Amino acid sequence: MPGILVVAEPQGSGFRRVGLEILSKARELKDSTGGPLAAYVGGSGVADQAAQLGAYGAEKVFVADHEALGSGLAAPHVDVLAQLQAENDFSAILFGGTSQGRDTAAALAARLGAGLNSDSTDLAPGGSGLQATRPAFGGQNLVQSTWTGGPQIALVRPNSFQASESGGSAEVVAVTPAISDDALRAKVTARKPAEEGKISLEEASIIVSGGRGLGAPENFAVVEALAASLGAAVGASRAAVDAGWYPHPNQVGQTGKTVSPNLYIACGISGAVQHKVGMQTSDVIVAINKDEEAPIFQFADFGVVGDLFEIVPQLTELINQRKG
Amino acid sequence: MKIAVCVKEVPDTTAEKRIDPGTGRLVRDEGDRMLNEFDKYAVEEAVRLKEAGAADEVILISLGPEKAVESLRQALAMGADSLVLVSDPAAAGSDYLGTANALAKVLDDSGAELVLLGSEATDARSGVMAAALGEVSGRAWVTAANSLAVSGGSVTVDRQSDDGVDTVELPLPAVVSVTKAINEPRYPSLKGIMGAKKKPQEVKSLADAGIDASKVGEAGAGTKVLSVETPPARQAGQVVKDEGNGAQQILDFLIEKKIV
Ligand SMILES: Cc1cc2nc3c(=O)[nH]c(=O)nc-3n(C[C@H](O)[C@H](O)[C@H](O)COP(=O)(O)OP(=O)(O)OC[C@H]3O[C@@H](n4cnc5c(N)ncnc54)[C@H](O)[C@@H]3O)c2cc1C
Repeated sequence: MPGILVVAEPQGSGFRRVGLEILSKARELKDSTGGPLAAYVGGSGVADQAAQLGAYGAEKVFVADHEALGSGLAAPHVDVLAQLQAENDFSAILFGGTSQGRDTAAALAARLGAGLNSDSTDLAPGGSGLQATRPAFGGQNLVQSTWTGGPQIALVRPNSFQASESGGSAEVVAVTPAISDDALRAKVTARKPAEEGKISLEEASIIVSGGRGLGAPENFAVVEALAASLGAAVGASRAAVDAGWYPHPNQVGQTGKTVSPNLYIACGISGAVQHKVGMQTSDVIVAINKDEEAPIFQFADFGVVGDLFEIVPQLTELINQRKG
Repeated sequence: MKIAVCVKEVPDTTAEKRIDPGTGRLVRDEGDRMLNEFDKYAVEEAVRLKEAGAADEVILISLGPEKAVESLRQALAMGADSLVLVSDPAAAGSDYLGTANALAKVLDDSGAELVLLGSEATDARSGVMAAALGEVSGRAWVTAANSLAVSGGSVTVDRQSDDGVDTVELPLPAVVSVTKAINEPRYPSLKGIMGAKKKPQEVKSLADAGIDASKVGEAGAGTKVLSVETPPARQAGQVVKDEGNGAQQILDFLIEKKIV
């Protein structure tokens, strides 16, 4: 069965949005690849939610339920996906660019000897199946890339596509996972979940970031309040992270995360090139900075020259009011 | 215990024009070149393990142009003991898999039990090498270690996952990528810099290293660049001075953009 397999990561009783985004896009692509649009759901206690993917266009959903598949580690998924690939011969396997997605895609591609287009921001029919658009150097260049053979494995950056329902329903196929001892060598012995409701930077559709202009670690509360009002994730410049004001995983830029949210609000960030390369592919950039000469104003879509300690709390208030 | 650290020389990604539109490859011969920033955390961790007596040797392994020795020497200056650089015209254009195949061969011959990598390279930014190398080399592997401890025959790490931090235990030999949270890399001392020049630095061709040329370079690549475009740079938008209604103006803008 040729066709596209979309790997959808379960999250709670639903799915990470990036998996739904890719499925929505794959509906448009499946004409060029043939075969039904399939999805893979692997986890522990995930059988019930698998059918939800039908609404996003999956025609067939392979579900593998096993304790090891819920550990957050990739190796057990690699075994199951390699097994599915051997049985179904998918022409393309698409992953969301999450930490688990990256690990699984890389190890699976290596096992299959397949090409991997990582960090893709667009997919289109092309050549012998698909072609991928990949930003290089923080979006300074856009590379069109294809595969030399199959299966065509891609990692897709979150927020590249809109998740939209098509109102279909899927046939759910239970897979008996055959997980090797090798895939169980790494074991999770304890888990410390992030705070409830915290949104990961890469997946967030809105990010509010703070920089050295915040002046002190406790002032990140101002940025966090705006983020909460917008349902946004919080980012930080390297200056703020190096000063110990905010944790490393939240750093945006050349030596932090590369993000492409729909909206990026920079508060007290000058817009140094090393910061810019991590966020310039955002759809809309808003900057608040008291220095009208700050480089961030050269590439922000909307900038306000002023004191963030005045403007950010007012904006938070206005947005909360609007929400009612 | 011997530790191998995979290191990479990268271009200064903040400079302009980095891909040759003709060949679709990185332009290798202009601008500043440097040790990948993320690799410094892996080098630092390895050197600390050696200083703590948990390891007796730290070797560096790399694939890249011969000139890369100059950038990679910084890792020797930080305290690594030796460098093996695989450099061969036939390895140019290697993708993630070609690179993993080459590094795995050198690793197998090195006798290293623990392999450390940075979480990604500042040029490609794919963050896939540790998983690919773990798979290709048949070693247990884990990515994104915020901390790392070696005891007996196993490694324990605090792994930054999508949903929090997990404690993960895996047996040696193992491949581990580390995050920036793991340590604060040292600046090489003058003595370290001087000493680095005298440390063993071997440049090997594919044949020298016993690497199958069909598995690396363009011959082994599973992806192919069709074209490279330079999209127009982002333009400055509207900039207003806050006269008490700056927040309202932002809100109006967000409403106009249908974001709120
Ligand atoms: C190899 C390398 C890698 C790097 N990687 C990264 C990276 O990944 N990410 C990153 O961000 N940087 C990175 N940098 C650092 C980068 O060069 C800048 O130093 C950094 O981005 C500056 O952070 P900032 O904008 O918060 O601080 P600053 O440049 O100090 O800017 C602070 C801004 O806040 C404004 N401000 C102050 N007070 C207020 C106020 N009350 N209201 C409004 N505005 C105010 C100021 O006008 C100023 O523009 C890297 C540098 C190097 C050399």
